[in-house]
Amino acid sequence: MATQAADTGDGTGRPHRLPLEGELTIDRAAGLERRLAEAPAGPLSLDLAGVTRIDTVGAWLVHRLLRDRPGSRVEGASAGVTRLLAEVAAADRPCSIRPDPRPAWLREIEKAGEAVIGAVNTMGAGLGFVGTMLLVTLRTALSGRGIRWHAVSQQMEATGINALGIVGLMSFLIGIVIAQQGAVQLEQFGAQVFTINLIGRATFRELGILLTAIMVAGRSASAFAAQIGTMKLNEEIDAMRTIGLDPVEVLVVPRVIALTVILPLLGFYASILAVIGGGLLCWTSLDIPPATYVQRIREVVPMSDFWIGMAKAPFFGAVIALTGCFQGMQVAGTAESVGARTTIAVVQSIFLVIVLDAFFAVFFTAIGFV
Amino acid sequence: MGEAPVISVRGLVNRFGTQVVHEGLDLDVLPGEILGVVGGSGSGKSVLLRSIIGLQHPAAGTIRVFGEEVTSPECDLLALSRRWGVLFQAGALFSGLTVAENVQVPLREHLALPEPLMDEIAAYKIAMVGLPGEAGAKYPAELSGGMRKRAALARALAMDPALLFLDEPTAGLDPVGAAAFDQLVLTLRNTMGLTLFLITHDLDTLMTICDRVAVIAEKRVLAVGSVAELTRLDHPWVRDYFLGPRGRAAAGAQAARIAAGERAVPAAAGGSAAPAQAGGA
Repeated sequence: MATQAADTGDGTGRPHRLPLEGELTIDRAAGLERRLAEAPAGPLSLDLAGVTRIDTVGAWLVHRLLRDRPGSRVEGASAGVTRLLAEVAAADRPCSIRPDPRPAWLREIEKAGEAVIGAVNTMGAGLGFVGTMLLVTLRTALSGRGIRWHAVSQQMEATGINALGIVGLMSFLIGIVIAQQGAVQLEQFGAQVFTINLIGRATFRELGILLTAIMVAGRSASAFAAQIGTMKLNEEIDAMRTIGLDPVEVLVVPRVIALTVILPLLGFYASILAVIGGGLLCWTSLDIPPATYVQRIREVVPMSDFWIGMAKAPFFGAVIALTGCFQGMQVAGTAESVGARTTIAVVQSIFLVIVLDAFFAVFFTAIGFV
Repeated sequence: MGEAPVISVRGLVNRFGTQVVHEGLDLDVLPGEILGVVGGSGSGKSVLLRSIIGLQHPAAGTIRVFGEEVTSPECDLLALSRRWGVLFQAGALFSGLTVAENVQVPLREHLALPEPLMDEIAAYKIAMVGLPGEAGAKYPAELSGGMRKRAALARALAMDPALLFLDEPTAGLDPVGAAAFDQLVLTLRNTMGLTLFLITHDLDTLMTICDRVAVIAEKRVLAVGSVAELTRLDHPWVRDYFLGPRGRAAAGAQAARIAAGERAVPAAAGGSAAPAQAGGA
């Protein structure tokens, strides 16, 4: 049953008659709107006697026509239609649809300004967060209650023990790749035996720790940001404060301690597995037996490499945990914000880990500890 | 009335693991009526709602909405969803969109309407649910709980549905806001000829706007009828519910409203005559 409209204007200055029939519903709204727009200019007299069904969208289109063409009127409307028209007319109030109607160039400038102010504020807030964390840790450690070791061990399990599989597999494969690539390159100089130096020094000093830190940043910084962010949306953080719990003490301190302790351990484990992976390749394709391999590793890797790697790891862990928790605390308002903060947490923690690594490289060279 | 029911549930069984929520539940919702669904916490009111709208697949039983079997695999839920609106308990507005954009989501998804008309539709729906014009451009996080409920109702009404599901619409609203929401629902029903399926704990809502009330207990619909009929039932839970101190207070308030000449339940547009009931207390 199509909506039919035919104008039968009598051309004497009186309103054109426009009969509407059938269904005036949302499904036919586009067609109805077109018909009403195409009707001859000037006031119209709408005959609604043939309308079988009408909903608010149909009523709205009729109301809009009555409003925009003074002198128009409706005829033959049933009681229900009249009531619906009155209801729609009562709802015809100005309403803002888009949040920001300003021109695009102005908004772009504003966005740039907001980004700068946001970056400065975030840096300040981040420093404040680190300070708060240190103060709270100190205060908690000295207070009667002490650090929440139960929470620390739980976090160690989640971030460390549960990561053993993936970190181990990754390091093992990295060890194989270093050995394989090293062997191919060094073969050109007949110096294949130095592959062992390459594996030992690269993994203990740099790659074992760095790759572990990146893996942990991806796994745990995101988890921290999402956990704390969701708790913030659910007002759980506010609830903690009202009960007298300090969210930094309960949520942040255990996570930071856990990662600070666990990352050197994970890093060491990763280095060992990388050495094993490299050793396996040396054994199978370079015919270096495992016993020789282990002995060579002990000879060529100085203890300073091991200590440098181990010295960096706690800092990486702390930075990853702090970034994750800080971004989680910055969540506000919407579910989208949790996603955005989680992404930022991962990107920033990986970035900061690499910046720190570069700093340590320069630092240890400067103090002559190589 | 003699018309086919809008919703017809037969022999519904729902269980989660070993926990049986519904066991042979039957329920009919008639065209143009406001059916209130009550039951203790955990009695499966929300599970029933989720089963009817196809979010929860029941273990057994049939559910027909507009004559279509929701439970059958061939059912086109997408087409059905154009004809109903759902107001979730917490609103469930999309947090990344403004109120007006939230209202436009179903319109954009199902119809190809010109942009200005879509804006106008959003604007009058927002006004219809009693929100101020500024609310249209706000994000859900910037609204109060009551305003969020209204915004969610505007989205549920976006497609001019013939059937509206409301899950505890007045929970968390202040009494003034709740009463206004009741009147709003009533007006919408009367002007648009809606059928309403309403889960509520609000005794005032039940007595003011519901034509019939279904009591869910013991894993099935224990009784369906007007509040007056239900209060005459000799079942301990139903008696406690309607004749407890809160039930009596709400019934008294309703009786006083009717005595003051404010007929709370006028006839619906669809012709379903629904007499206002004085509480049975």
